[in-house]
Amino acid sequence: MKLRRTMMFVPGNNPGMLINAGIYGADTIIFDLEDSVALSEKDAARHLVYNAMKSITYSCEVAVRINHISTPFGYKDLETILAVKPDLIRLPKAETAADIEEIDEIITAAEIKHGFLPGSIKMMAAIETAKGIRNAYSIATASPRMVALAIGGEDYLADIQTSRTKDGKEFFAGRGQLILAAREAGIHAIDTVFGDVNNEEDFIAETTRIKEMGFDGKSVVNPRQIKIVHEIYTPSEKEIDHAQRVIAAYEESLTRKSGVVSLNGKMIDIPVVKRAQRTLAYANAVGKYEGGETL
Amino acid sequence: MINGVGRVIPESIAGIKNVKPYINPFSYVPTGHLTGPAIKVNKPRSEKVLSSIEQAIDASGLKDGMTISFHHHFRNGDYVLNMVLGVIARKGIKNLTLAPSSLNTINEEIIPYINEGVITAVETSGARGKLGQLLTSGKLSKPTIIRSHGGRARAIECGELHIDVAFIGAPACDTYGNINGVEGKSACGSMGYAMVDAAYADKVVAITDHLVSYPLFPISIPQTQVDYIVQIEAIGDPKGIASGALRISKDPRELLIAQYATAAIEYSGYFKQDYSIQLGSGGASLAAARFLKEKMQKQGITASFGLGGVTAPFIEMLEEGLIKAVYDVQDFDIPSIESIKKNRNHQEMSASFYANPHTGGPIVNQLDVVILSATEVDVNFNVNVITDSNGVIMGAVGGHQDTAAGAALSIVVAPLLRGRLPMVIDQVHTVCTPGETVDIVVTERGVAVNPLRSDLKDNLKAANIPLMDIEELRNIAYEFAGKPDPIEVSERIAAVVEYRDGTLIDVIRTTV
Repeated sequence: MKLRRTMMFVPGNNPGMLINAGIYGADTIIFDLEDSVALSEKDAARHLVYNAMKSITYSCEVAVRINHISTPFGYKDLETILAVKPDLIRLPKAETAADIEEIDEIITAAEIKHGFLPGSIKMMAAIETAKGIRNAYSIATASPRMVALAIGGEDYLADIQTSRTKDGKEFFAGRGQLILAAREAGIHAIDTVFGDVNNEEDFIAETTRIKEMGFDGKSVVNPRQIKIVHEIYTPSEKEIDHAQRVIAAYEESLTRKSGVVSLNGKMIDIPVVKRAQRTLAYANAVGKYEGGETL
Repeated sequence: MINGVGRVIPESIAGIKNVKPYINPFSYVPTGHLTGPAIKVNKPRSEKVLSSIEQAIDASGLKDGMTISFHHHFRNGDYVLNMVLGVIARKGIKNLTLAPSSLNTINEEIIPYINEGVITAVETSGARGKLGQLLTSGKLSKPTIIRSHGGRARAIECGELHIDVAFIGAPACDTYGNINGVEGKSACGSMGYAMVDAAYADKVVAITDHLVSYPLFPISIPQTQVDYIVQIEAIGDPKGIASGALRISKDPRELLIAQYATAAIEYSGYFKQDYSIQLGSGGASLAAARFLKEKMQKQGITASFGLGGVTAPFIEMLEEGLIKAVYDVQDFDIPSIESIKKNRNHQEMSASFYANPHTGGPIVNQLDVVILSATEVDVNFNVNVITDSNGVIMGAVGGHQDTAAGAALSIVVAPLLRGRLPMVIDQVHTVCTPGETVDIVVTERGVAVNPLRSDLKDNLKAANIPLMDIEELRNIAYEFAGKPDPIEVSERIAAVVEYRDGTLIDVIRTTV
């Protein structure tokens, strides 16, 4: 099971951060060439990230957030970065399937040019407008390279003309649609960043909320947020124990060829079994449980 | 001679009496008796309070060639050392040995007195900035002697460091010489380092900005040891003496190091009811205090005592009942100073009680766990805390050697890279603490256990931390930063680093 609980942004123009990006245990690190890099630093950041990826072995998934291809920087970002084979290209401000298709073609050409395995460089898209949300499913399915959709924060809120609140109502519609599109397309749904890094309480509340909505993970901006997200996403002993008992009861019913399965008087149907399987596979992936099927 | 950590120590060093090479942490066993101060007499109703520092210097009989001492509890807010040396210089006294418990940046003011020959030798724990550069330059006629806090107490008590006149900055002093560190505008908390000076110096001068009528209570340094008292306007800058409560680091790399160090403690086998702990005052140590506190609360473990160098996180743990008692040789912040004043479970101790190896037993011998920082560590686990990447003195040994030797588990924390410099290397430039007494090295990229401690290595397998050989850590550091060229040094010895038992663990040569 591929985990993307935490995708950590690392400004592409900060050498110290590039060197240490891999040590904090994020599932994915995203070297950012876009919003965290000033216009005057774009080329410097591009070359720093290129050289960091060329000379440092990172033990986690490495993504690069390029500038949109409608800016003067997007194509140059792709040309430079694809040569060092990122695991993932993240496109910001995705609005249409055509954006994805065009980048897909550029990646295909680069894979041939550099002799990389075809299809080995994946893509994800951040949706940051109402139009993008409306097209989320077609964006998600525009290329077989697509592995995740993310919802962008401030740009999205500006576009739908609202602002941040404590309980996150403003994201309700966007998150709801994004999770449905991602699930239908069979890819990951990643939530937006929480920028107030010293506000642990609200960060925990938001992360808990998006996990309950079905999101697979969250973009983070500070290493201190990683452990918190991972703890929230780790199934509890109780959940693991319950899942094991569900599976045991289900398997027993199969051997007895009994149609009805129950546990502690509660009926267990197939969705419950599937959820239990997923819990165990997840617990396995995070190192909390040995066994379970690898989903 | 080649000593026990592979360093070349000359058979004799000009200016150093009785050169003994370090062999191993506990091999040197001295014989004989402790020394003592000059006998004092004070007739009833005689006056100890004098009107100026100059008068006190005259009364003390200070002459050319003598040794004077100071304590460093006022840290970078200290006025006393600079002020007294100014008076001594004006009086034309020369050729003194300066033996403070440590030196801070503020003491750079005394550099002219070294250049003019007022001070010709220094014996201390360390120095920083321009003063460190001067001590490394070889300009002094004798090599500087670097000693740990325990080593200094030992040297004083056994007579290797004889103090003719001790000048003691006294936050509160009564008219007959009773001193404590907890009252007055320049309160610094514990007077631990000064206690040894007061007990062994031939003459003791208390310099205070808070002179109170007799008797003062509580008493840290008693009237029986004090000869003269001088009242002045200010003995220190409160802002430099103690910071507010130090904030827990937000640096993710320090937090990661702290997290690994805490996990190492948790799984080491020593983390159990009534264990004991000392933490440093560096960023990673303070963060470790917070993580450790959470683990203690979660697992219902309390500590029998804490030791230090005391900071606010320790005081919180004391007040919440997680630590039964704190033994304190020095305070770093205001909450610690307030605590030692009001909390009976927060005890003042002398540097000798803390760390002197040649006594019936210092408290470090009872310590289970210590976290220490480092400038450099080498593949033999030797630690340097005194010289920088240019070979220049820029730190202090402090209690490093003492606690590493005393504690059952000594953990050294350091970033693997500082800027473009690797911190785990083939050979440290200066050995301060021998690798034999260092059990675990924790960096942000990996944790190495000393091969002498295979028991620990087994325990830590369950800790979910990146365990690796120390050579692997060095390799990672070199991969990023390259292997540094050795620092070029001359034959001239600018300083010697004593091990706590008085043997020489290393020498610091002038750089070229």
